[in-house]
Amino acid sequence: MTTSKIAKGPSLQQQRVRAAFWFLAPMLVMLAIVAAWPLFRSISFSFTDATADTIFNGKAAWVGFDNYIEQRVRSNGEIRWRGVLLDAEWWNAVWNTVRFSLVSVALETVLGLLVALVLNAEFKGRGLVRAAILIPWAIPTIVSARMWGWMLNDQFGVINQMLLTVGLISEPIAWTARADTAMLAVLIVDVWKTTPFMALLILAGLQMIPRDMYEAAKLDGIHPVKVFFRVTLPLLKPALLVAVIFRVLDALRIFDLIYVLTPQSDATVTMSVLSYRQIQQFGDYGEGSAMSTLLFLIITAFVLLYIKLGRVDLSGEKS
Amino acid sequence: MAKIELKNVKKSYGAVDVIKGIDLTIEKGEFMVFVGPSGCGKSTLLRLVSGLEDITTGDMLFDGERVNDILPSERGIAMVFQSYALYPHMKVYDNMAFGMKLAKSSKEEIDKRVREAAKLLQIEHLLDRLPKQLSGGQRQRVAIGRAITRDPRVFLFDEPLSNLDAALRVQTRLEIAKLHHQMGNVTMIYVTHDQVEAMTLADRIAVLRDGRLEQVGTPTELYERPNSLFVAGFIGSPKMNFLTGPFAAAHGCETLGIRSEHVVLGEDQPWAGEVLHVEDLGSDHFLFIELGASEPLICRRPGKTDIALGTKVKVGPHPDHLHRFDKDGKPLR
Repeated sequence: MTTSKIAKGPSLQQQRVRAAFWFLAPMLVMLAIVAAWPLFRSISFSFTDATADTIFNGKAAWVGFDNYIEQRVRSNGEIRWRGVLLDAEWWNAVWNTVRFSLVSVALETVLGLLVALVLNAEFKGRGLVRAAILIPWAIPTIVSARMWGWMLNDQFGVINQMLLTVGLISEPIAWTARADTAMLAVLIVDVWKTTPFMALLILAGLQMIPRDMYEAAKLDGIHPVKVFFRVTLPLLKPALLVAVIFRVLDALRIFDLIYVLTPQSDATVTMSVLSYRQIQQFGDYGEGSAMSTLLFLIITAFVLLYIKLGRVDLSGEKS
Repeated sequence: MAKIELKNVKKSYGAVDVIKGIDLTIEKGEFMVFVGPSGCGKSTLLRLVSGLEDITTGDMLFDGERVNDILPSERGIAMVFQSYALYPHMKVYDNMAFGMKLAKSSKEEIDKRVREAAKLLQIEHLLDRLPKQLSGGQRQRVAIGRAITRDPRVFLFDEPLSNLDAALRVQTRLEIAKLHHQMGNVTMIYVTHDQVEAMTLADRIAVLRDGRLEQVGTPTELYERPNSLFVAGFIGSPKMNFLTGPFAAAHGCETLGIRSEHVVLGEDQPWAGEVLHVEDLGSDHFLFIELGASEPLICRRPGKTDIALGTKVKVGPHPDHLHRFDKDGKPLR
């Protein structure tokens, strides 16, 4: 480069923008490869009749929205509707997923908040307890699901043993197999596993609240419960909103726990599990992708709704 | 409104002694300033008075009544924090009323008290705002207003001006002084590391050092008759000149202290030196004179300077204002 070129070159602002772009470029390329492209492929498969046989040889045909909803005219003139959107099994999975997400996240938030409040207090060995409480979250889900599977086992499970001993139940319960207890089993394990994560996120929020606030309240002689609802909770709200959105996103795409703990139960099958079954077991890539796409849309809708509600609430407080 | 007595008050955190035995009486309506370098225990001492920290041993009395085991909220105190400690999600009005609402005062009573305090501090127009919409100085006033609404026996200030810029600090200092005059008989305890704040606000100053009281007295007492080398060096700006060796020996002491305004220039003075640097403050100027001692001697003179850098001068101490200290840093009088 000659000096005259430098003089005529881009302004400092343009140079910064350009530099920023080059710094971001590797990440953008990575995201395009690992996120955007698979998402695009998945959505495009949902508009084809792709199966395990046709998916890689390009023989899959474009079928439009037929995987979602399709009108079929039988030879006898009878009109039949089919597709994921009319599939009772799909809506059962949607209901299961939503029910699971709402209950588990609600429980985890309340329990996580309690744990975080305890961990926020000063006591000896706090560091150790903080580390120890993370253990359930650090164990791989497959391992903890298997572990709980055994603990909940109707023949050999320690939980049945304990409940029988204290006389709460009269005969062993097949927790994971029975339709009326399968969801409960899944919820117990998920809450056990994820409460620590929630607690840590909330704890981080709690530690952002200046100690002065509590001391000012103490000097005013405000009851601790009142301090919690009038000072702690409002100040914790931003952290709490983020923690909840993280967990809702996670819970809505729950797969591993249910796949291991209650593999064939209709009472717990979720959108992810159903989509996986459609693709891996039945080789129906078209319909499975349609389910994945719907799952994606449902999660997006939840997030948008949540952000919107969060904001409305925030401004409502100000007025 | 309360007389506060501290009797051999000590505070330890585990094996660490922070307050090492303090005896102090603060009179009704007095403005007492705790001052000292960081880590001297002045904030801890204030927190002991407030009840936010427990006294390890010793007694604290408010109007003759032992308050060691009385809850902070029942001691009749109000505290203004360095960080203001305003509730960010509450409006100014609610911040000021929060403590009272829960003290089961009637709505009219709360409203009256809040508005009175707001009027006193000229923050009436800010009552509907959130703390984040206020400037630093306004926040500080709200914090003071919140303390006033509590109608306390004792006002505690924990370095309330530290987060303000220089101009605002001077202005708010004046307002606090005014407040003290207006509120007449309210006892105030004020913690600062800034000796100028201490000198300008206090009825009496308690200088703390390493968990002990170094000296308690009026600003004038501390300035004119410091009880130790430490107090002599801590109170006053610029710092008192300290000379050792032959300079001090000539006056029969280990360390000779001279305030900058008591350094005299003249041909008949004993010490020869050279002007190293001049600081011109407009109304005054400081000459930094190299005498061959450990630090240059600072000489304060009124008006503008007529002395150029590098000028050879002769200086000496004003004989009526010598501060002589022995080898333990105790004054020789």
